[in-house]
Order: sequence, then C-alpha cells, then structure tokens
Amino acid sequence: MPRALGARRRFSLVFAACLLGLLAFAAGASADVLSPESGGSPNADLVDTLWWIVFVIALLVLTGVLGTLLLFIVKYRARKGRVAAQIHGNTRLEIGWTVGAAVIVVALTVVTFIMLPGIKDPEESGGGQSASLAGAQLVSVDQPKVPGGRSLTIDVNGQQYIWRYTYPGGVYSYEEMVVPANVTVVLRIRSQDVAHSWWIPKMGGKMDALPGYTNYTWLKAPKPGVIYRGQCAELCGRNHADMVARVRVVTEEEYRAFIASKRQQIQQANRDATAQRQRLQPRGQGREP
Amino acid sequence: MEAATTHTETTTVPSVQPALRTRPRPQIVAHSVPRRRAGWIDWVTTVDHKKIGIMYMVTAFVFFLVGGVEALLMRLQLGAPENTLIDPEKYNALLTMHGTTMIFLFVVPMMAGFGNYMLPLMIGARDMAFPRLNAWSYWMFLFGGLVFYASVFYAPPEAGWTSYAPLSSEAYLPNGGIDAWIFLVHLTGLSSIFGAINFYVTIANMRAPGMGWGRLPLFVWTLLTFSVLLILALPTIAAAVTLLLTDRHFGTHFFNPSQGGSPLLWQHLFWFFGHPEVYIMILPGFGIISEVLPVFARKPIFGYKAVAAASVGIAFLSLLVWAHHMFTTPVSTAVLAFFMLSSMIIAVPTGIKVFNWVATLWRGTIELKTPMYFALGFLGFFTLGGVSGVILAIFPIDWQLHDTYFVVAHFHYVLVAGAVNAILAGIYYWFPKITGRMLSEALGKISFWLTFVGFNLTFLIQHSLGMSGMPRRIYEYPDVGQLPIWNLISTIGSFVLGVGVLVTAYNVVRSVKKGKPAGPDPWKANTLEWFTPSPPPANNFDAVPRIRSVEPMKDIRRAVQRATREQREEREPVKG
Repeated sequence: MPRALGARRRFSLVFAACLLGLLAFAAGASADVLSPESGGSPNADLVDTLWWIVFVIALLVLTGVLGTLLLFIVKYRARKGRVAAQIHGNTRLEIGWTVGAAVIVVALTVVTFIMLPGIKDPEESGGGQSASLAGAQLVSVDQPKVPGGRSLTIDVNGQQYIWRYTYPGGVYSYEEMVVPANVTVVLRIRSQDVAHSWWIPKMGGKMDALPGYTNYTWLKAPKPGVIYRGQCAELCGRNHADMVARVRVVTEEEYRAFIASKRQQIQQANRDATAQRQRLQPRGQGREP
Repeated sequence: MEAATTHTETTTVPSVQPALRTRPRPQIVAHSVPRRRAGWIDWVTTVDHKKIGIMYMVTAFVFFLVGGVEALLMRLQLGAPENTLIDPEKYNALLTMHGTTMIFLFVVPMMAGFGNYMLPLMIGARDMAFPRLNAWSYWMFLFGGLVFYASVFYAPPEAGWTSYAPLSSEAYLPNGGIDAWIFLVHLTGLSSIFGAINFYVTIANMRAPGMGWGRLPLFVWTLLTFSVLLILALPTIAAAVTLLLTDRHFGTHFFNPSQGGSPLLWQHLFWFFGHPEVYIMILPGFGIISEVLPVFARKPIFGYKAVAAASVGIAFLSLLVWAHHMFTTPVSTAVLAFFMLSSMIIAVPTGIKVFNWVATLWRGTIELKTPMYFALGFLGFFTLGGVSGVILAIFPIDWQLHDTYFVVAHFHYVLVAGAVNAILAGIYYWFPKITGRMLSEALGKISFWLTFVGFNLTFLIQHSLGMSGMPRRIYEYPDVGQLPIWNLISTIGSFVLGVGVLVTAYNVVRSVKKGKPAGPDPWKANTLEWFTPSPPPANNFDAVPRIRSVEPMKDIRRAVQRATREQREEREPVKG
C-alpha cells in the first residue's frame, strides 16, 4: 500500500511538472499568451494593464485555494489509526472568508473604475497641429466627446459578410479601413441586417453592431505603416468566419491622399455607371435605380 | 427478498434501541394492487419516481453522448487551419445542436434525474408529491428532444443556442430548424417547470419526522433552489420564444428593427432566463459535492448553514446578473457598472462554498474512492472557472474577451469541470444505491484520469486562443501565429476527454450485471437513502426513522453499535 501511494504521488508530481512546463513553453513562444492583445491603441494597452492587475490577484487566489486543496488531500489521507476530527464549522472563520472575498471584490471594482475613463473616453489626438483633417467631426448628442476637438469619425457598418467604412464626406471603403496615425478616431458602429461585432484585438475591445442601434468605440494608432487585423465576433450567419476586418495605419498626408483618390475612384465609377445606364436604356434593358 | 430484509430491519432495530422507534405515520390505503406489467410497458406506464429517475438519467446520458460527438466533430474541423472537412452551414448547425443538447437535454434533465431518484429517498418519502405529473415531465422532456433532433432530417437550426434575433428571424433562416428549437424550449421548459413544482411541493411537505429545514440534506437544499429558479426563469424564455415564433410566422415585429422591434429585447429576455439557467445547471452539482465530500472525508460538512445559505444567496443573485452577457451591446455605463458589481458579488457566496468544501477536508480521513476523485476534480477546476468568471465580470476586460475562446474555456470549466464532474461523482456515488451493484473502481479511476487530462488539454489552451483573437463560433481560421498548434492541442485533448467519458459509460453498462453486490450502505454514508436496501423496494421505506441531525445514517450506525455492545455485555458480563 505505501508503495502504491508513493507511485501515485510521484505520478501527480510529474503530471504537475508537465503542465507547468507546457505553460512555460507556451509563455516563451508568445509574449501575449497570458494576456489580451494590445499595442494598436491606448485603450487596448490600458485593458492589458488592467488585465495584468486582475490576473495576478486571480492567480494568487487560485493558487491559494488549489494549494490548500492539494495539501489537505495529501496530508489528511485515511491511514490506519487516524480518526477524523468531527468539526461542524467555525463562525469566525466563516465571517473571515466572507469578508475576505468581499474585500477582493471591492478592490477589483475600485481598480476597474479608476482605469475606466482612460479606456472608455477618447484621448486627445497627438501632434497638436491645427491642420484640418478631411471633414470635420459630425456632432451627435450621445457620441463620446474627444478633447481638443481634433478627431475623425468613421461610420462602421456591418453587413453579411463584409464591413463597410464611411469616412467624413461620404467616401467609403470595404473590409480595409484606412486611418491616420496619432489621430483619435471615433467609430460609429451600426449594422444593416443581423447582429455583428466589431473587433480588432490589438486596438481595444469589441463593440456589437446591432441593427437599429448605434454603438461607439474609439482608437488611436501610435504609428503609421502597420496593418491590424480582426474579424466579426458575433455569429452572423454561415460565413461569419470570413467576415474579416483590417485597419491600415498611414500618415496624415497619406490619409488625405487616400481620401482624395477614393473620392475620384467613386466619382469615376459613378460616371461610368451613369454612362453605362444611358447606353443601355434606349435598348430598353436598363432599369431606373 | 428485498422486502424481507427491510422487514427484519424494522422489527429488530427499534426493539434494541428506543431512539429508533418510529412515530406513527399516515396510512396509505391501497384500494387495489396495480397489476405488474411486463417489460417495456412497465417502464412506459410507470409513475414510480425511481423508474422515472432512471429513465431521465439514461435518456440524458444518451443525449450527452450525442452532444459529445457533435463537439468532437467541431474539434475535428478546427484541428487544422482552413480545414474543409465540415462546411459552414453544417458547422453552425453542429454548434447550435451541441450547445442546446448539453444545456436543455443533458445537464438540466440529468440533475432532474438525480433529483427524481434521490429526493424522496433522502427525505424519507414514499414517492414524489405528484407521481403522474412526474411521469408527464419525463415524457415532455423526451419528446422535446425528439422534436429537436427530428430537424436533423430537414434543416437543423443554425443560430447558436442563444438564437439571437434578427439572425433567427424568418428573413435570415427561413427553414424550420429554428422552429424545432423553439418547440424544444417549450416542451423541455414545461417539463422542467412541472418537475420543479413537484420537487418544491415534495420538499416542503413530505420530509421525514424530525427533518426540519436545518436537517435537510444539502443536495435537497440545492434541489429546492434549483426548483425555485426554474419556476422563476423559465416563463421568461417561454414568452420570448413565443414572440420569436409569432415574428417568424404570424407577422409580428417584436425583434424586427426595421419595423420598430428590438433585437436587444431578445437578448434581455434570453439572458434573463439564460443566466439563472447556468446556476440551475450547477447548483445541484454543488449539492452532490456537498454530499460526497463529507462521506469520503469521514467528517461532517464544514459550515452546514453557510453552505445552505450560500445556495440561496447564489440563486437570488443569479436573477440579477443577466446583462453581463451583453457588455458589448449599446448600454449605458450605469448598466455596465450594476451588472459588473452583481456578477462579482455572486463570487462571494460561491467562494464561501469552495472554502467550506476545502475546510471539510481539513483533519478528515480522506478515502480516495472514485466519487471522491471526481468531487475533488470538481473542486479544483470549478474554482478555476469561477476565477475566470470574475475576470470576465470586469466589463472593460470583457470587451476584449467577450465572444472569444476565452469565454468558451470559462464556461466549459464551469460546466464540464463543474457540472459534468459533479454528475460523474454522483453516478459513481449513487450507482450502488440505484442498481445494488458497485461500479468498477479501477475503470472509474481510469475514467477520471482520462477526463482530467483530456479536459485540461482541451480547454486550458483555449483561454490563450481567445486572448490571441480567436472568436467563438467560427468554422475556420487562418494559418497565423500559434492558432494551428493550440487548436490541435485542444482537439487532441477533446478526444482524450471523449474516451474518458466512454470508459464510464462502459463501466455503467458492464456493472449493471457484473458489478460486486453493494448492500444497503457501501460507503457508510450519512443520508437517509442508504437506510433502505439497494435497489430500494417500490415503497422505498417500510418505516422511516426519526431524524435528529443532518446525518441520520451516522446516528443510526452509532446507535446500532451501542446497542450491540450493550447486548454483548448483557450476554457476557464484563469480568471484574
């Protein structure tokens, strides 16, 4: 019997070591293995910081409970001559751990609400230049206000199974959003069919696109020349997995050039379409839009 | 033969020990003895709570295996990036069937099955308060399941177990799968409501003499809260799916945004049911753990009153946390803050339970039998699921983790490491009572280690998958970063887990005929179901002892020991 016991304990130890090893390996393989993605926007970075605070507290609680559990399992195994102590409880202990749990909850809440404004409220745009971006911010009552007033608002519209972005001035693009670096971009998120969810992991949390509602979030990319990837995060039908999104960060000049060329492209496309319609109409095959 | 053993027990035990003399109980007058019917007709027509309980458990376990196969198919598809094994249509059907099956057709009815079988036995009752209603509950559950699975032959539902509007509306999913889902919710919902009323009335009125609320077994306490929650939460989902049905077929626009309806309303109604449902699934599991731990630690439960009160507290709070499933929808900060706080506060009574369970082991003598393995597995990994739940309650963090594999990992830690471990503990603990035979300990431990390793391989890595940006409910993912290797680990784990469950299924099938005979009380347990022979006779008890504590069987064993000692001393007086 004692030999079997030892074997089992050795097995558990080896098993625990394997698990830990696996975790350590995974941690080495990628820095973000134990925390959410970040780096594309200050709100994502703050969520990451908040995560680490909470994660460390959670890990302490978890190892405390699991450690005690394992200790008791090993220490209080039934053995010859050992009699279980017939203890029914202890009121002081009950009050103690109730208060303890409550204190942890309060601490987590306080930390969260200290950090919340930085995550929720848009930051001031960087650079400080007063050069106007293409199109002024559209004013709305419930839209988050950007301090300094220099910002960009882009409409994000979810539809089965593609994202459409409308920039100030009515220029639009699909799938890939182009934003200037260091400028606060407020996103107005809507849907025209079913529920979708806007999510670029490195640029902050997701916000649902619900038909009939407008949802807001914001981002401020630190540097140009980066493409951030994400995808729809709410089951929206069969091709939900293919509803991807990209955010390409560029300089302000590149952004203005992009808007201008997009506008030209759209105007050209509209002219072509009108010409096509006029060509087809006399033959009676075209339809009025 | 069974009747004979009970007979001798009731005549000899009270004669040696006055403490065990039974109080006169109301007589049941039988006007006729029902004819015993042959074979399957007996099962189909039965109103015996034990037979109904067995039917519940067997049916639920079959659905568990079906739901498990659906999960394995999904894991197979996700085992490699850009896999084309299963097309998106079938994948969405699989994820809907898997979630719906595990929740409506496995965990809740399985708990109802344990409750049906054990509740009257644990409180010393002859049967449930309404035996016919009880049989009806079972058949509603079975037909709900059949109606739902019939959709496999035309068009299974594809909108997830949450069936979010407007995706679930006729415009986007015109086929009948969603309707099958709606009828499943109605039928199993009615089944659960009537079952819950039956539990409640039985617990309130049919307890053994002396069994006050302070001496109610903890499993029965959790069944009581389970019942109250079902009665409060299920009408909401019944109403919601009826609105969805009229939206789909009769031209109403409750959830149609283009006609002034609100998709957000569906989410509120759904989760007002959906979150209590989570506790409906886990509370009886808590009860099973609270029964198993003290028996195998040979110690009374630590803080009986705190554990019972925590169940009630959890049940109450669970009605106030639903919108934490909706942190990313357009709601105000005040709403976010309220639901974050209520969700975190629920960790306090849950924490109290965990601490009391761990304290129950302290200075005990732990016998590591199979039920105890599963109970300890529950304790460890349910705690992990609870801790990740607190993290998710913090809404800025939830904005990142919501609808990702992190959430999938979280609720599988709660429902598989939690509810399923508790169910397996319950199967190994009560199988001897139900069949009169022991399950194989060796196979049980193999099953435990396989499920333990398989489960953690499958789900631990999914936390990281979610944090790296993998949303849930996607049928494919690109070949970038660690996604392929982590998904492969998860897929391998899921098959190990599946084999572990099959070992228990085999163990059950094998032991019904070949298991060692168990006797009335193989574990030297605490509660009243172990007083009667295994399996119990149709009338459960010929006589019910007066209850003087939470552990009546311990009292009885002590009394019998004392009595035999006295008898021996009478026969051969101590030499002086």
